[in-house]
Amino acid sequence: MHELSLTQSIVELAIEHAKREKAVVIRSITVEIGALSGVVADAMEFAFDVCSKGTMADGARFEIRHIPGRGRCLECHEESELETLTHICPLCGNLALETIQGQEMKFTEMEVD
Amino acid sequence: MCIDCGCDSDHEHDEKNSRTIRIEEDLLAKNNRLANNNRTRFSADQLLVLNLVSSPGSGKTSILERTLTDLKGQIDFAVLEGDQQTTNDADRIAATGVAVKQINTGAGCHLDAHMIGHGVAGFDLAATDILMIENVGNLVCPASFDLGEDHKVVVLSVTEGEDKPLKYPQMFQAADLMLINKIDLLPYLRFDLEECKTFARQVNPEIEIIELSCHSGEGMTAWYAWLTAGVARKQRDEERGKQIGYSPATRYEERATKE
Repeated sequence: MHELSLTQSIVELAIEHAKREKAVVIRSITVEIGALSGVVADAMEFAFDVCSKGTMADGARFEIRHIPGRGRCLECHEESELETLTHICPLCGNLALETIQGQEMKFTEMEVD
Repeated sequence: MCIDCGCDSDHEHDEKNSRTIRIEEDLLAKNNRLANNNRTRFSADQLLVLNLVSSPGSGKTSILERTLTDLKGQIDFAVLEGDQQTTNDADRIAATGVAVKQINTGAGCHLDAHMIGHGVAGFDLAATDILMIENVGNLVCPASFDLGEDHKVVVLSVTEGEDKPLKYPQMFQAADLMLINKIDLLPYLRFDLEECKTFARQVNPEIEIIELSCHSGEGMTAWYAWLTAGVARKQRDEERGKQIGYSPATRYEERATKE
């Protein structure tokens, strides 16, 4: 559900930056969403159409780059792919896993005219 | 309709003017900024701020009612109640005589830092030891929104199933303390208390855990001791921060920026 308010802030942020650049239209918006961020990308895409309607971002291409989750174990020092937030290393089983990637929620770039 | 971008306006796309802007901004940046403002303000009043989160019906309001009543005269509280609709919870808190304000989020599924900044207007924070913020009952969204609190306290009741920490890891990772509530019901349920604690530590090895029942009163003293120690620690940290000119709020902000 919080995808709606996050998307709302993406649109606000985009318009803020576009105005600063004296742009007239926003052609595309790119965000990075990590697999462990708790954000549902599909819900965000849906929310974008609603939030951008009637703004200078209306009709813009909304691109979500998915960042996979990764962890590094402090015991076996191996890195592994993570599908969920946990501290258990899937390789050695120790409770020593650090999340090193996948919690991102970032507005990375936009294209304007 | 514009054929380049599909929009309804009649502007022309000029390839020469088309440009890419790099931004690299956290989607929560605005909320985090407001949360830091709240934290700095609470810091000045040496106020301990707790953000109570859980699924609906875990007993957050009941825990608060009993806590406010039992600690009357020992700790001064103020309470912000978050719900989508109704003032039912604020009415229950008001009956204990503690200052309370209801925040209705309408369609919103969580409280955000902006609501808290306005919500505390009218409270005498300088005369308050602990601000309790009862978030909207939801184990998903409130995990991402910093309100400027010192700690998130997650409440899990034993009627919910022991695997909640694995199902909603963001929330249990964000919390510093887990209260396992309704333990008076354990004899009637198939709830594995030890397994629940193991699951919570799998997502958050540092999490503190207190088992209690706000109905029978079992375990409440441990919770009260945690609160009393928290107030003392907060005041000590703020005093020390003042002496060295480096407040805990600044330290928190710097650490969060680095991450």
